[in-house]
Amino acid sequence: MSFMPIILWSDALVFLLLASGIATAWYVRRREHLLLPWRRVAQNATAMVSLLVLSLFLLVGLLDTLHYRAALPETNGGETVYSPEVLSVFDKLVEPLRLQTEKTYSAPFALTLYAKESISDAQGNVLHDYPRLRYGGAHLADVAQRNGDVVKRALTGALGGLLAGLLIALGSRRWLVQHGLPLRPMLIATLLLAALIGATAHLAAAYHVLGTDKVGQDVLYLSLKSIRTGLIIGTVTTLVMLPLALFLGVAAGYFRGWVDDVIQYLYTVLSSIPSVLLIAAAVLMMQVTIDTHPHWFDNSAARADLRLVFLCLILGVTSWTGLCRLLRGETLKLRELEYIQAAQSFGVSSLRILTRHIMPNVMHIILIALVMDFSALVLAEAVLSYVGVGVDPSMISFGTMINAARLEMGREPMVWWALTAAFGFMLVLVLAANLFADAVRDAFDPRLNRTEAVA
Amino acid sequence: MLAYLLRRILYAVPILIGVNLLTFTLFFVVNTPDDMARMQIGIKRVTPEAIEKWKLQRGYDKPLLVNSAASGAGKLTDTIFWQKSASMFAFDFGYSDDGRSIGREIVTRMGPSLAIALPTFFIGLVAYVSFALLMTLFRATALDIAGVALCVLLMSVSGLFYIIGGQFLVSKLWHLVPISGYAGGADSFKFMALPILIGVVGGIGSSSRWYRTIFLEEIGKDYVRTARAKGLSELAVLFRHVLKNAMIPILTGVVVVIPLLFMGSLLTESFFGIPGLGSYTIDAINAQDFSVVRAMVFLGSALYIAGLILTDISYTMVDPRVRLS
Amino acid sequence: MSALLEVNNLITQLRNGTRIVDDISFGIRTGETFALLGESGCGKSMTALSLLRLLPDGVVHAGGTAQLDGVELFGLREREMRGVRGGTAAMIFQEPGLSLNPVLTVGQQIAEALALHQDLRGAAAQQRCAELLAQVGIPDAARRVVEYPFQFSGGMKQRVMIAMALAGQPRLLIADEPTTALDVTIQAQVLQLLRDTQDATGMSLLLITHDLGVVAEMAHQVGVMYAGQIIEQASRTQLFAKPLHPYTQQLFAALPDAGRRGEPLAAIPGSVPPPGSITRGCRFAPRCGKAWELCGEQTPEWTMLEDGGGVRCHLYGEGRRGKREGEIQKGSEAKIESGVYPSPLSLPSSLLEVSDLKVHFPIRKGILQRVVGQVKAVDGVSLAIPQGRTLALVGESGCGKTTLGKALLQLIPPTAGSVQLAGRELTGLAARELRTRGFRAPGAAMQMVFQDPYASLNPKMRVAEILEEGMAALNIGSGSVARQTLIDTLLDQVGLARSAKWRYPHEFSGGQRQRIAIARALAVSPQLLICDEPTSALDVSVQAQILNLLKSLQQELNLSYLFITHNLAVVEYIAHEVCVMYLGRIVERGKTEEVLRAPRHPYTQALLSAVPRIDGKGRGRIRLDGDLPSPANPPPGCHFAPRCGLASARCHEASPEERNVAATHSVRCHHA
Repeated sequence: MSFMPIILWSDALVFLLLASGIATAWYVRRREHLLLPWRRVAQNATAMVSLLVLSLFLLVGLLDTLHYRAALPETNGGETVYSPEVLSVFDKLVEPLRLQTEKTYSAPFALTLYAKESISDAQGNVLHDYPRLRYGGAHLADVAQRNGDVVKRALTGALGGLLAGLLIALGSRRWLVQHGLPLRPMLIATLLLAALIGATAHLAAAYHVLGTDKVGQDVLYLSLKSIRTGLIIGTVTTLVMLPLALFLGVAAGYFRGWVDDVIQYLYTVLSSIPSVLLIAAAVLMMQVTIDTHPHWFDNSAARADLRLVFLCLILGVTSWTGLCRLLRGETLKLRELEYIQAAQSFGVSSLRILTRHIMPNVMHIILIALVMDFSALVLAEAVLSYVGVGVDPSMISFGTMINAARLEMGREPMVWWALTAAFGFMLVLVLAANLFADAVRDAFDPRLNRTEAVA
Repeated sequence: MLAYLLRRILYAVPILIGVNLLTFTLFFVVNTPDDMARMQIGIKRVTPEAIEKWKLQRGYDKPLLVNSAASGAGKLTDTIFWQKSASMFAFDFGYSDDGRSIGREIVTRMGPSLAIALPTFFIGLVAYVSFALLMTLFRATALDIAGVALCVLLMSVSGLFYIIGGQFLVSKLWHLVPISGYAGGADSFKFMALPILIGVVGGIGSSSRWYRTIFLEEIGKDYVRTARAKGLSELAVLFRHVLKNAMIPILTGVVVVIPLLFMGSLLTESFFGIPGLGSYTIDAINAQDFSVVRAMVFLGSALYIAGLILTDISYTMVDPRVRLS
Repeated sequence: MSALLEVNNLITQLRNGTRIVDDISFGIRTGETFALLGESGCGKSMTALSLLRLLPDGVVHAGGTAQLDGVELFGLREREMRGVRGGTAAMIFQEPGLSLNPVLTVGQQIAEALALHQDLRGAAAQQRCAELLAQVGIPDAARRVVEYPFQFSGGMKQRVMIAMALAGQPRLLIADEPTTALDVTIQAQVLQLLRDTQDATGMSLLLITHDLGVVAEMAHQVGVMYAGQIIEQASRTQLFAKPLHPYTQQLFAALPDAGRRGEPLAAIPGSVPPPGSITRGCRFAPRCGKAWELCGEQTPEWTMLEDGGGVRCHLYGEGRRGKREGEIQKGSEAKIESGVYPSPLSLPSSLLEVSDLKVHFPIRKGILQRVVGQVKAVDGVSLAIPQGRTLALVGESGCGKTTLGKALLQLIPPTAGSVQLAGRELTGLAARELRTRGFRAPGAAMQMVFQDPYASLNPKMRVAEILEEGMAALNIGSGSVARQTLIDTLLDQVGLARSAKWRYPHEFSGGQRQRIAIARALAVSPQLLICDEPTSALDVSVQAQILNLLKSLQQELNLSYLFITHNLAVVEYIAHEVCVMYLGRIVERGKTEEVLRAPRHPYTQALLSAVPRIDGKGRGRIRLDGDLPSPANPPPGCHFAPRCGLASARCHEASPEERNVAATHSVRCHHA
């Protein structure tokens, strides 16, 4: 085999999430009343365009989750030796971006480095000038050709993308119409995105579209790699939080009495500690544990990954209280409803009442909370990394990107591109998530569906 | 009322004990003081003597819960738990790694924190409520839709961006105020203006949108219809009827944070170099000064509980139906 | 007299064009009461809101005119319209509890209207507020001006609403179901107040209601609404003497009362169509017993009759007069289900035997949450129900009747007393024991049908799953095949199609949902059904369907019912025996005829006289003052003494014992 698949802890959790997501979708598909609110979401143009954008991010994240170690050319007595470096399918796809590193900072579309250096020309004279980049625009002989070349490449790339987009649009048109999705906005969005991707891809082959960072890595590559980290923080955290919030909240509301007292005590204690401090305290302690047990990890990727998983765990443990309180309140209301009392008068067991009557009727709250939390968590990651209690410094994330770029704020001229790229990508991701979350809330929140009840 | 407050304060005690036990477990049980010492000194250079010395300096050389070597009450008091955790109930926070009294540090740093946080809070509240009222007044018109869209956009932007962008624009490009720093007296305004402005702008998206939802919910209620049937103008309905009722849910989320204003804002203070509790905390986290972090956790939760009690009291002021009993 | 309000061709619709109010015209003369009568969803409230231009978001005025005192309302600018609202025309609403602002004092709220329309402010306004409150019968008005709405009872809140409406000295008062949320004794007070005010001020009243009894007592003119249209208009006397439209006729026939005891009610099949669902022909045609082809094809025109009334029906249209007689004959026969219920054999042995049942809830106070008192929701109730009989438990809200029902089922643990079902003691059994006693377990022998058919079915379960749940929990029917057969039988029994079992509750109307709820209870073959106000959330026409169903099920399955209700007409129709409950105690019991024809307890007498009757007669004028006292702090002695006209010193001191006044009739009163 030329490679060895690696499943990191976070990968496993993502696969678990993906599987449960698919299972849920399959379950919902066959039930009309569960499908109904989703149909309302599907008719919402903003939501569907946001979903399109989100699914692109998701695709990048998923490709970046399939990890492997490549086989090295030499063998050890017939046994294949694998490189210690853990790569992902995404890394392989954008290999040039990953490997074509410059010496240090360079601006977007630049042909030269950001700082002057002493260079010796062919005649052996030493000049103090901006050196040409090793890869960025290396195909150009004359610096003056750059603008024309950029425009040409952008246009041809966009055109190619547009053609591909048109094919996709034509192919999916029937399907869109069949499912009552907003046709025009979806098609326009597809074409625009396809053109953008096409142009970027074509440009990125020859230039550093978003510049390079301190060690010369391509900022576009870093931004794309950050997506996975953001997605994992936003989703795996809910995996931890959800069961805690669901079981404790519902149990507190349904059983009341001492169960309620204990659970309320628990979440009052947890929520009384300002969340950043609690997270900081927990992360500091995790850091101590990780640092004092270096032998637990066979490579740095595994260590960084485990730290990410622990961060999700800590975020989950500190953030279940809000949802728990919501669910407790809703359960208190539900348990007084007559259908619960009818079940009680049949002597239906508490466990059955919880699973058959209460949980299905609080699902909309959970869903709304999950989609709303996602964007908050993505934003939180950046802040936590800044505070110093975020992901491992070696892990590429929006937070680490911002953190590194922030230090260069004072330079003249300013190194603005890394910051802009990180904030820009984050904005698009969070905005799409927020818009989608809004549509989901509108479709699922029974209090907002008043217009149908008129008359 | 008094009995109720007394009960709430009594209830705060087990909560604080819980917080205390939690931090104790986090800081001393999950990792032993030896582990912390090893990490602080650096894994490579560590020797048993260095660890002992590190522990002795910080008073971590005692047993965790029970000191069998001591006699009498000392069995319990001459321990890490008693001296490091239980003592916090007396607001005795001990000393930081650089040997300063944490308690004194907290007192001196509260001022700058409040100087930023208090104006941010009140200007913010007025701004968010006004903006939300405006959107509510023009509900279902283009103005409202644009307002909501703006809110969603603003809340999708990272808080770090507001600070970095604000510093770049206002200080670096326009040279209106200094980039960072802090001074007392008359000078303080020029240092405070930008952090306050950024604090207010940063919260406008989520808060205004949330308040708008509350207002819209109130406006659908029957008493609003009664008010209109009386012949009141829409503006009078909004200000005299809706606003007062909407304050009840708004207070739940708002009053609870007032005591926490003492703690300052982590990000703002550290970016603007304001010597408040926020930057103190963040420095402690970066320096891995566990005693300071522990102290701030305890202080934070005590203030939060104070906020809960304050919320209850504020209810009695806006809602005549609530009688604390 | 000239018309004060003249409405012509009023149309109100949703933004998508669905008409909620469709081409309505009527007039109200000065000093007159015009009642708009109709079932839920017929558009009567929207008509009222249209007139004041207070339509909710998403509903718009789409045509027609309304002249109030010569002013065209829809031609006014919003500013001018505000002078009309609360000035010339004021409005009061159904839910006084929700219609007052909870955080402003009643004085402040009335003063707003005074400032707007009378230009009164400060001390003068305060004084006028107190006068207005006194005028609407609020005792100690000067002091209560500064109180908040939550400090008033439901009836008192509605009085405050009326005072607020009167503040602008309106010429027209629009009352939207003003007494629907109130108990009968309070309803009588409020209706009386409205009449008195009208006499004193000469204002006109637009009364919106679903209750024929209220119409009979209040109205001069009546407009009957159905699916957004007025389908009949007449003076009250005419309408009650000779209703013309088949819908009106059937509405009268669907009312339960003692006169129809032995026979099924003439229920109107189906339910009110949602707005916009019928575009062609007469909207009532699908439910009408007299409809013929034309009714389904052509929308009937409004026909003016000689006596000033009008009707929207082909039976009275041009050129159809010859056909009328025959059709009416055919129709009225066709709809009444044939058959007379045989009077059930009276069985001596009691199925349910309750003695001295008490349900007390502790009141906690202070730092340590010590128990400082008890809310005696049910305070020593005894009753017995024989097999196959119906016992009605009658009382106003807050008297403890629902708590009693739940305590019987052990949904609320009783504090003391015993509940014996078929000779077996139920109190003190744990939930598990109630369940695990096999097919004839006590849990199975008694089931409940709840009030609100929208809250009593889990929206996330199919009908089949809902019906199966009880069987599974109690191990009834072996295997799923047997259970499916049982479910089919149940659906047949309650008159639903078998295909209903694969559908979800939201696909059914209120009446159909109540049928499902009954089927769910029957699924475990109970001997006793506790019906907690099973029809109070339903329209009159649908109520008749459910009452018929319950009666025929009783015949078929020899069921016993404990029928909890506040509706005395339903009691007369369905119950064999009656217990009247007041503040946790039963004050009078006996056979239905005995208690309702010859009530002995002053409370029962007051309750009966408070019910508005459609025949407009037999109305005694026993008016109860004040409200039901709190069960946390009941008056000493006889609980009813403070409101009782007969009360003497003894009543305030000693609680009366239960005393037989006939073999089956007993009463708890010192004076009976």
